[in-house]
Amino acid sequence: MAGIPHDHYEPSTRAEQWLDDRLPIVGLAHATMTIPTPKNLNWMWIWGIILAFTLALQIVTGIILAMHYTPHVAMAFESVEHIMRDVNGGWAMRYLHANGASLFFLAVYLHIFRGLYYGSYKSPREVTWIIGMLIYLAMMATAFMGYVLPWGQMSFWGATVITGLFGAIPGIGESLQTWLLGGPAVDNATLNRFFSLHYLLPFVIAALVITHIWAFHTTGNGNPTGVEVRRTSKADAEKDTLPFWPYFVIKDFFALAVILVVFFAVVGFMPNYLGHPDNYTPANPLVTPSHIVPEWYFLPFYAILRAFTADVLIVQITDFLTFGIVDAKFFGVLAMFGSIAVMALAPWLDTSRVRSGRYRPMFKWWFAVLCVDFVVLTWVGSMPTTGIYPTISLYAAYYWFGYFLIVLPVLGLIEKPLPEPATIEEDFKSHYATPAE
Amino acid sequence: MFRKIAISAVSALTLAAGAATAETAEIHIHDVAFGFEGPFGKFDQNQLQRGLQVYTEVCSACHGMKYVPIRSLSEAGGPGLTDQQVRDYAEAFTVLDEASNHQLFDQDKGEYRPLKPSDNFPVNNTIGAPDLSLMAKARAGFHGPYGSGLNQLFKGMGGPEYIAAILNGYTETPACAPADFPNYYNSAFAPGGYPDECKIFEETVTEVTNPDGTVTTRTDKVEVGRMAPGSWIQMPPPLMDDQVTFADGSPATVEAMSHDAAAFLMWAAEPKLMARKQMGFVAVLMLTILSVLLYLTNKQLWSRVKVKKTHA
Repeated sequence: MAGIPHDHYEPSTRAEQWLDDRLPIVGLAHATMTIPTPKNLNWMWIWGIILAFTLALQIVTGIILAMHYTPHVAMAFESVEHIMRDVNGGWAMRYLHANGASLFFLAVYLHIFRGLYYGSYKSPREVTWIIGMLIYLAMMATAFMGYVLPWGQMSFWGATVITGLFGAIPGIGESLQTWLLGGPAVDNATLNRFFSLHYLLPFVIAALVITHIWAFHTTGNGNPTGVEVRRTSKADAEKDTLPFWPYFVIKDFFALAVILVVFFAVVGFMPNYLGHPDNYTPANPLVTPSHIVPEWYFLPFYAILRAFTADVLIVQITDFLTFGIVDAKFFGVLAMFGSIAVMALAPWLDTSRVRSGRYRPMFKWWFAVLCVDFVVLTWVGSMPTTGIYPTISLYAAYYWFGYFLIVLPVLGLIEKPLPEPATIEEDFKSHYATPAE
Repeated sequence: MFRKIAISAVSALTLAAGAATAETAEIHIHDVAFGFEGPFGKFDQNQLQRGLQVYTEVCSACHGMKYVPIRSLSEAGGPGLTDQQVRDYAEAFTVLDEASNHQLFDQDKGEYRPLKPSDNFPVNNTIGAPDLSLMAKARAGFHGPYGSGLNQLFKGMGGPEYIAAILNGYTETPACAPADFPNYYNSAFAPGGYPDECKIFEETVTEVTNPDGTVTTRTDKVEVGRMAPGSWIQMPPPLMDDQVTFADGSPATVEAMSHDAAAFLMWAAEPKLMARKQMGFVAVLMLTILSVLLYLTNKQLWSRVKVKKTHA
């Protein structure tokens, strides 16, 4: 695999040979577990395993919750309380599942920003990156629909607001929204289909994850230097790499255990920290909560959605040029989806031939500002749309687009990169001494 | 207190338009040091029993608790009633809102049957008082520090404190309010009615050119603050001193009863709180041990290929 020269699985008994001739599954597992992995991977390369674990955790706890949950507007809220009070360990399953979603997004954001800094998206790993973006979109859809299921006030009104976004699409918007909801408003049909899709999508994500892993096992892992593993000979490759098992499996498990300490502390001691108190009030279509806020992991993009109001010049120009087809509301929706689209296009927007941010002196600073920008967007997304906040979200949104559409293309042309190491081995040796052999 | 607010109100009125931010009298939820808070917190069984008594004798007259099964009164981590006590309690419980509890109607006898431990606490919709099953989790009294909400770890999110604050919030009605303003003034309740007389307005005068060319002025009033915290709540003051007589001889002041009721409602909202904290403790302990073992394993494993470079 990965075009990196390494040892292959050889069936050693007749039984193994017999199976291998018919289904090379042992060989596949062997190749997956022993894949030559750059030996200089740092601690930002652990999030993949955290994500794989979290997906499994969500599927397992979710399946158990689905055994006791009732997707009906009159019974959904009560069935969640039934899980919390009457089902043995039900409270643990629900709190693990609810907080598991937050762990999932925390890990995915760190994973994505790792990729953005070390240029993991660049050739030949564009397909890995695109699949990753699809996973991220599927995660957002899944999380959004999952949050509707407890049928509390925030569930109901969050669903109303978010599906309302589709209503902003000119012409077909209203019909599309009705089609998505299964009726004119969020109701039983909506809850039922959200439950159905919330159960389905994680398996789509699982399939995408396998494709994601397949893709980067084909190109080989990236690494902090961005320099490729030498493929000239097996001996050269072995100087740059170590087998995935045991070196990286043990390292990743250690990281996973540390993160689970924090995760279980949150679940055990403050499980409602990331939730909203209003969701402990059953959904009531007649009472609108004073402040409708999405879950924290949607806030950066929610901020971008709200940033482009009708008094922003670019919105007014667009409105004028499109004869009012793209009004402020639709502009906001386009901006929100666009902010993810520009991220997906990073492999083609980044013109630098150097992969890793480590050797890009100017890029480092722009990237640092992007990280701050992301935090600012998260924060401002939870703030009301009065006072200074709309201005902050607008400039933060501008920077997000500016980074991908202007900074990445231009930097590659004007920046003078630092010298890269010739090989991974060279970089490794500059950091660590080799034990006496 | 009131004098200070009145002064700030005057200064607000004299400020230039657009720049005014009057000092609003804000609600402050006092922290109560409940025993069940923090990673090692535990419910006080006696307090839960007292709270149950307050709920039964006072709150349940108007409020239901429809998600809480009566049998859970004897379950671990709760008020710890015996099975016989739970049966007696259920049987003695009066269903006040019969229309909302049709499941308790006995078709054969044509009358309402007594409650059983397997029943939930009855629904009470008679006067629109909210159900109390989840009230301690549906309200957040604390959001700090700096709006991060992180003090949940040690103080909880403030739901029980909010309940206690409401029960203690019936302070003297502000003098600015008209005597016939409906409902009851409560200094801890935010979403209720509020008389215009107690609001601080800022007037902005704008010149308007009418279609016929004449120039008139328009005066807009914008609320910029309030003279007194809280608002007017529909619930009459439910507690007064010595309203209930506690079997354990505890004093029944309004404050003591409010704390007991709040603690009881925290249990009603989160009956598995103690089991949850115990799970958290065991999980954190085991995973910490596992982390140390994996750290050592990892270090040993990688020592074959790398050692920290010593800078000479």
